Amino acid sequence: MIKFSEEKLKQVEKIIARYPEGKQKSALLPVLHLAQQEFGGWLSPETMDYVASLLGLLTIEVYEVATFYSMYNLKPVGKYVFEVCQTGPCITRGSDDIIKYIGERLGIKPGETTPDGLFTLKTAECLGACGYAPMMQMGKGFKEHLTKEKVDEIIEECRRSAAINN
Amino acid sequence: MAKVFIDDIEYEVPDGKNMLEVCLSLGFDLTYFCWHPALHSIGACRQCGVINYKDENDKRGRITMACMLPASNGTRISIEAKAAHDFRAGNIESLMLNHPHDCPVCDEGGECHLQDMTLMSGHNYRRYRFKKRTHTNQYLGPFLNHEMNRCIQCYRCVRFYKDYAGGKDLDVFAAHDDIYFGRSEDGVLENEFSGNLVEVCPTGVFTDKTLKQHYTRKWDLTSAPSVCHGCSLGCNILASQRYGTIRRILTRYNGDVNGYFLCDRGRFGYEYTNSKKRIIKALKRVSGTYQPIENGNAFEEVKALMGEGKKVIGIGSPRASLESNFLLKELVGENNFYGGISNTEGNLIKQVIDILKKGKVKTPSLAEAKGYDAVFIVGEDVTNTAPMLALSLRQAAKNKPNEEAFAIRIPLWNDVAIREIVQERTGPFFIATVHHTKLDEISSGSFYGHPDNIARLGHAVAQKINNNLPSVPDADRESASLSSSIAEALLAAKKPLIVSGTSLFSKNVIEAAANVAYALKEQGKDVGLIYTVPEANSVGMTLLSENFVDDAIARVEKERADVLLILENDLYQRIGKKDSEAILKRCNQVVAFENLENETTNSCDYLFPAGTFAESTGTIVNNEGRAQRFYQVHIPRNEVRSSWKWLDILRQDLQTAEAKDFDAIVDELIQKNPELQKIKETAPTADFRIGTQKIPRSPHRFSGRTSMIANINVSEPKPPVDNDSPMSFTMEGYHGIQPSPDTAFYWSPAWNSVQAINKYQIEVGGPLHDGNPGKRLFEPDENRQAKYFNDIPSSFHPSNDELLVLPLYHIYGSEELTALSHAVKERIPQAYIALNENEARRKGLNAEGGKVEFYYQDKKWELSLKIDNSLPDGIAGLPKGLNETSGIGYPFRTKINS
Repeated sequence: MIKFSEEKLKQVEKIIARYPEGKQKSALLPVLHLAQQEFGGWLSPETMDYVASLLGLLTIEVYEVATFYSMYNLKPVGKYVFEVCQTGPCITRGSDDIIKYIGERLGIKPGETTPDGLFTLKTAECLGACGYAPMMQMGKGFKEHLTKEKVDEIIEECRRSAAINN
Repeated sequence: MAKVFIDDIEYEVPDGKNMLEVCLSLGFDLTYFCWHPALHSIGACRQCGVINYKDENDKRGRITMACMLPASNGTRISIEAKAAHDFRAGNIESLMLNHPHDCPVCDEGGECHLQDMTLMSGHNYRRYRFKKRTHTNQYLGPFLNHEMNRCIQCYRCVRFYKDYAGGKDLDVFAAHDDIYFGRSEDGVLENEFSGNLVEVCPTGVFTDKTLKQHYTRKWDLTSAPSVCHGCSLGCNILASQRYGTIRRILTRYNGDVNGYFLCDRGRFGYEYTNSKKRIIKALKRVSGTYQPIENGNAFEEVKALMGEGKKVIGIGSPRASLESNFLLKELVGENNFYGGISNTEGNLIKQVIDILKKGKVKTPSLAEAKGYDAVFIVGEDVTNTAPMLALSLRQAAKNKPNEEAFAIRIPLWNDVAIREIVQERTGPFFIATVHHTKLDEISSGSFYGHPDNIARLGHAVAQKINNNLPSVPDADRESASLSSSIAEALLAAKKPLIVSGTSLFSKNVIEAAANVAYALKEQGKDVGLIYTVPEANSVGMTLLSENFVDDAIARVEKERADVLLILENDLYQRIGKKDSEAILKRCNQVVAFENLENETTNSCDYLFPAGTFAESTGTIVNNEGRAQRFYQVHIPRNEVRSSWKWLDILRQDLQTAEAKDFDAIVDELIQKNPELQKIKETAPTADFRIGTQKIPRSPHRFSGRTSMIANINVSEPKPPVDNDSPMSFTMEGYHGIQPSPDTAFYWSPAWNSVQAINKYQIEVGGPLHDGNPGKRLFEPDENRQAKYFNDIPSSFHPSNDELLVLPLYHIYGSEELTALSHAVKERIPQAYIALNENEARRKGLNAEGGKVEFYYQDKKWELSLKIDNSLPDGIAGLPKGLNETSGIGYPFRTKINS
């Protein structure tokens, strides 16, 4: 059985308190983010069921929401998640080549994670940064004006920082 | 009225509509998916795109979704502009990228809204040449088949299932090209209305699993307009057959009754008509076993038994038509006819009829019930006793919160905006029942108690509305405060609705409900009062009955009868073993007219094969007093006939007997029962023609007619003729808009799916051309002084050593015939005896599932324990009508042992 720490439970209470009484379903998105952070970077069915029980929801209501948003991971992901935009403007600027290139460099297909657990490649719909196409989201930041060279640099940097932090 | 322009032609249209409704009502063929007349607009599928122009000088316009565009004065659109056509064709092409194009193997093929819309949009050639995304399908239980790959993401299923029907276990997952509609894991779809997904889904994602067992294309079906016999509401159905077996049931639209929907008992409970247990020829018991007997001989022998001076009695049936009950009464004589239910039940139904006729409060139809804004249910588990009423009441619960949206001028059709405002709120909704029922999830206050305490709550509410009424003695504080809030809410409402019924076998409950309604009426409220009754024709049979089965028992106990005639009635089910045997043993010869073998038919001397709704034509009267006609779907190749046909011959001199047609019987019926006059108006007579044409039961594309029975006879037989209706059994006849009671299927050029119904309505979602079928037999008299019921029962006190046993109802299982259908059988719960925890402990029972023994009519019964803490102390609940509990008469007192 998974369970938030006392401290995190307090945080959950605070989130719930932001919304009117009886509307605790509104707290679902932030609580899911917190749960993803706390329980291994992804939302297992067990994690989602736990969130449902915290908020007094049916589990199906949590699945419905969690499966909708691309920022919730429904499978374990690597330390670095590349979410490359594949909507119109980025595609016209060559994001499909970028996706292909990242895949070749890392030896994975979109939706997969490298065996060393470092990288996950995902495709995403418009992230609202069409002016900097092609682009991708990595963690909380954007990497913009992507080129093959830039992708190489990003991958190298990630590897370096992973090595240091380990 | 608003003036709108469609392709530069001016039309006057009603206010408060959207342009899609308007275009469809005017007869334009505009494509759509997500919009549904009962579910309204959300603008999700983008398929009803039209060009909207600012004014007559605007030549360019912009693409707008017709379903989201108000039809206000001066609205100007084009359906025909090339840009609009291209948009719609392009949109459908995108929606279908991942569609498998598996029409030839799809159950929806030939009646698929997606097929119709694709053709209508002009999208002909598929250009997408990549891999399609695929989904895994789910097991959804015995009723529905799931094929998610066919989905075009219109969202209708979840909008019906969750928003309209209150379902919890179907949802939508993921986003963009990966959307999935289903459950969170394999399992039975629990909602009682899940079968409507078959018709709500525009393509083949949700299809009828029972149809799959004996699949036939729509165009090969022979169908008849019929009325569901599953409960007392009388929902309209289309029943279809091929090769002599019923293949499926679809909704028959009736704007006054069930509208677009049916419950799952009604839709999937038909398979008993195809059962191997059907009695298919006349039988005579010879030395203990049944032997076939020639009809002529059977008539002669039975006639001889009933000869001069013989004492003959007849028992009618609440599931047989008015005509059959009437002819039995004619055959045996008025004083020898008994309604086929217990006196307790008969008297309750008589009282309900009396209130319907003489009360001053309107009994709304099933459709009108959706329009009330506060609900008080007095002692009825409607989800299980009259399921479609529960669906109507769920809509009524939305009316109060919807007003907030109307106040800021959001029209009803704008479903997205309304839901944004209303969220999950519901209006005033109060329930008093014996135990927790499913509608409690939308109730503002629930009360669980003995029927007498439910009645006391009702009387208290009535007293708080009208202070001149006697107050309820010794009321406890809790129910006093609940009765105050109920009275307050009902008085604050514009249109309060009181719902009650006979299911608890309590006169007090029925009276209390009437008192509340009368009190509200006196306060000037536009109040409605609905009673549900046990069976499809409970009201009709009772209208013809002076006496009931207990009277018959008393009579035969005094004096043996020579012949007992039983009409479509398993006495063991309705009055129990003891009473059934009491009557059967005191009659020298027993003749039954029955559909299927049952316990009663085991001890008869002659059996006549009686038609079910599938093989009979007749009239039944529903709980609101609405008489409705149902037609036989086919003439079976065996000997099965409407009961009234057998009875008609039996009452004549056999030498000169001639079969009368249905209209002659109806004429005779109304001549002897003038209050039933209107049943003649429920449908056209058999000589009705459109021009010279009959009305067909099969679509014009019906195939295989010349070869269907080539294995038996290579020459095509003459099709059977129906003397009882203006309908043919073939595809010949008038294919335009037919009289509404005689419409056997919906089809219009380019509209092959059920949504062809649009073309049969005066206005989309409104009444049918020439009116919704069915005639109400009685209307309330507004001018009458309400005569209140003054017997307030005293509060129920649990006894220490005995329990009072009450019936609990189950949509699957509590109705005798549908329970014999395969799919329904899978959903019937395990039999149990329910007690609350306290009571169980007091009796030394603790484990749920443990064996409990009790006595009923000197017989020992053993069932497993189910804990239901909503049940009051001193009361046990038994599931009504299951195999294990069949024949029990409620309420009764018993001691229980572990």
